[in-house]
Amino acid sequence: MKSAVITFPGINRERDMMMALEATTGIKPISVWHAEATLPDVDLVVVPGGFSYGDYLRCGAIAARSPIMADIKAKVLKGLKVLGVCNGFQIITEAGLLPGALVRNAGLKFVCREVRLKVENTNTYFTNKMAKGQIISCPVAHGEGNYICDAETLKELEGEGRVVFRYAEGSNPNGALNDIAGIVNAKGNVIGMMPHPENMIEPLHGKQDCLALFESLLAA
Amino acid sequence: MKAKIKVTLKNGVLDPQGKAIEGALGSMGFGGVGSVRQGKYFEVDLTETDRAKAQTTLKAMCEKLIANTVIENYEIELS
Repeated sequence: MKSAVITFPGINRERDMMMALEATTGIKPISVWHAEATLPDVDLVVVPGGFSYGDYLRCGAIAARSPIMADIKAKVLKGLKVLGVCNGFQIITEAGLLPGALVRNAGLKFVCREVRLKVENTNTYFTNKMAKGQIISCPVAHGEGNYICDAETLKELEGEGRVVFRYAEGSNPNGALNDIAGIVNAKGNVIGMMPHPENMIEPLHGKQDCLALFESLLAA
Repeated sequence: MKAKIKVTLKNGVLDPQGKAIEGALGSMGFGGVGSVRQGKYFEVDLTETDRAKAQTTLKAMCEKLIANTVIENYEIELS
């Protein structure tokens, strides 16, 4: 599994993500600057978390129009796998790779804590080592993670099993519709999630609940 | 040519910031506030002199970047 991690100005989780990918897949990911026009030859692109462009205009809005995004969009059509985490989820959603939008947390506060996630779909490149319905711990750190979409899109997401992660009961930190924490596109190659699995894989993280997510990449 | 662009949240999209402002106004003693919705306002200076062309360009700018049409509406006013 060859991977690349995209860095935009204001992104701050790219090193955590690169360490997580290297530790779990055994291959050092390639770091790609957003101004590049073409991706290296990889199987997976990760758009990490942070505060690209200081969240100006809307979270992820300006990063979504970066030069590298055009090549990512073109290669997604040919099957390239993309994982967007936190600001990365906001960026790929703003870029139109996933439906809906991420808006201000219902409670208005930036939430930085551990939440419990329910794995709803284990038929993806990032969850195939998990059990359906499994509850895992994962940290969140965001001010705008409240997932919304129109009724028709919601019906489609739920009907097609495209909600990959849901905040477990009592764990929804942002008011997201149907407790949605992560979704996948119709083709199955683009996943976006608000929580940070890269920060729950080592003994020093306290728990290693998200290790199996990254190990899923090896079987994908 | 100058353009003024107003971006507002679509009806039904929760606006916690508007709600917080609404609450603050109430606690400051301003009675009779039904609700508050917060939006964004942009001023764009264009070198274009053709009105129709400017309108087309501004619409594209709004659709592609300035507004997220999943959650927001926009209004363009050309002076």
